[in-house]
Amino acid sequence: MSAASPGARIADWDQDGLDTDEMIVNMGPQHPATHGVLRLELRTDGEIVRRARPHIGYLHRCFEKHAENVDYPGVLPYADRMDYVASMGNTLGFALTVEKLMGIEVSPYLQTIRVLMAELQRIASHCVAVGTYTMDIGAFTPFLHLLRDREKILDLFEWTCGARLLYNYNWVGGVSHDVPDGFVRAARDFLREFDSVTFPELLDLIIHNRIFVKRIADVGVCSPELAISHDLTGPNLRGSGVARDLRKDFPYSGYESYDFEVCVGKGQYGPKGSCFDRNWVRVAEMRESSKIIHQALDRLEKLEKTDVHEKVPKRVKPPKGEIYFRSEAPRGQLGYYLVSDGNVNPYRVKVKSPCFTAMSVFHHLAKGMMIADVIALVGSLDIVLGEIDR
Amino acid sequence: MDPRAIHAALGARFGERILGAALDAGSPFATLATDAIAEVAAFCKADPALAFDNLMCLSAVDYPKETPPRMEVVYHLFSYRHLHTFALKVQVPRENPAVPTVEGVWGVANWHEREAWDLFGIVFTGHSDMRRILLPDDWEGHPLRKDWQDPEYYNGLHVKPTPQMMERVLSGETLGVGPFDFTPENRHLEQP
Repeated sequence: MSAASPGARIADWDQDGLDTDEMIVNMGPQHPATHGVLRLELRTDGEIVRRARPHIGYLHRCFEKHAENVDYPGVLPYADRMDYVASMGNTLGFALTVEKLMGIEVSPYLQTIRVLMAELQRIASHCVAVGTYTMDIGAFTPFLHLLRDREKILDLFEWTCGARLLYNYNWVGGVSHDVPDGFVRAARDFLREFDSVTFPELLDLIIHNRIFVKRIADVGVCSPELAISHDLTGPNLRGSGVARDLRKDFPYSGYESYDFEVCVGKGQYGPKGSCFDRNWVRVAEMRESSKIIHQALDRLEKLEKTDVHEKVPKRVKPPKGEIYFRSEAPRGQLGYYLVSDGNVNPYRVKVKSPCFTAMSVFHHLAKGMMIADVIALVGSLDIVLGEIDR
Repeated sequence: MDPRAIHAALGARFGERILGAALDAGSPFATLATDAIAEVAAFCKADPALAFDNLMCLSAVDYPKETPPRMEVVYHLFSYRHLHTFALKVQVPRENPAVPTVEGVWGVANWHEREAWDLFGIVFTGHSDMRRILLPDDWEGHPLRKDWQDPEYYNGLHVKPTPQMMERVLSGETLGVGPFDFTPENRHLEQP
């Protein structure tokens, strides 16, 4: 019986006549689910990915070369533009690095403001991460809900420093603007709604949703050894069950005095370190960030106001030397390696971007996956291409 | 372990292949002989007292004005087990720089080393995939070197702005509109 005749069953088909060549599929760079301009070269066998190769660099503008050609305060706006979803974290890291090299210690009031902004930014950033993730795997509504919540945080930022996305807020030795009058109350208003309405809603709508859990609970499992070897940090590392957070282990800006927990993936619905665990950590971290913000707001009311420009040097000129400093940005450990030759321009700035290292593990995890799961994996690593390519 | 103990442990194992150290610096480091890095890296990871299971950062720095002119590759290590940090440095000449790869020790080194090749032109011998990572494949040169000059042309396109180009644009020649006057007085004309 020939294969084409009506009524032929699959078992009767001439298997040798079927073409089983591997096919190379280019996903991106203009694919909406690649979170920017990322090209994934997938060698596929049917629906199975045999080999994956990410190509990055489409957004490269050589931040490190720019940084060598401007003075230290001039680097900050460029640093803002690396991870444009969480700019506060970038500039905070750079400001702390330079301050450490210069030996500047800012006042507790300023530290509290910085922590407050960093944690608000963390909530906003995780809103985008989880929101776009749900959209990647086919749910549209949570994205809108989460962007609505992020909008309120951006309003607070706009009120404080005038910008909504790229703030240039953390300066070397201070911040650009003091928080405005009434900020504490407005932030409490936001938290009241976030804690009691929108966060439980987020849990109900996505995280404890059976469809969401079943879709990703055993996809993209990353073991702790692989995660550490490939320098996954932040929520990606904690999703694999490693309870390491720079805010606890190497506290900066007074994080040691705040009461919060390090959230780790528990693998409650599947193997530990899956896409679900990474998302679960992000969502749980939003609650911890909210706790920190509550404490920071309480302190802000009690602390004596200091001039936010008090310690800002007229001329930022660190002594000759070098330093490597990392901070816990929303996407993981953001490290700056700074070499100073005693001049007003940095001699060398190297950025260890958490997304860059997270992407370097991608081809390990993608091997043997279905093509549809590749989308779920890329989204769960929460990459921002502006930071990978710098 | 504190940096001194780490340095002592490395010195006891590798002797004079540890060339120097700065243990009081902001991030303490030891300088190694270039060909020793792969061995030292493997030891740092395997030794239970050091247990540097994580490569936090791999950076290259260009020092053309030092004597002799050189480039450095800096490895920032971290141990998740002991929560201590240390840095290793190797020095390479600026002509034909080559360093043994450490990608077999820490997986993340693969991409960091590709980046160092891309932007500094340092070859990592034994690397499995020594391609450019951030710049286009047909790019010529390594821009983060201190003697880098912006190219005049890229793929036949004139890419370096010249003063003449700026003048032409401001006089409206290429755009067909203009000339423009950017003096502040013209911006907000008073209404009669």
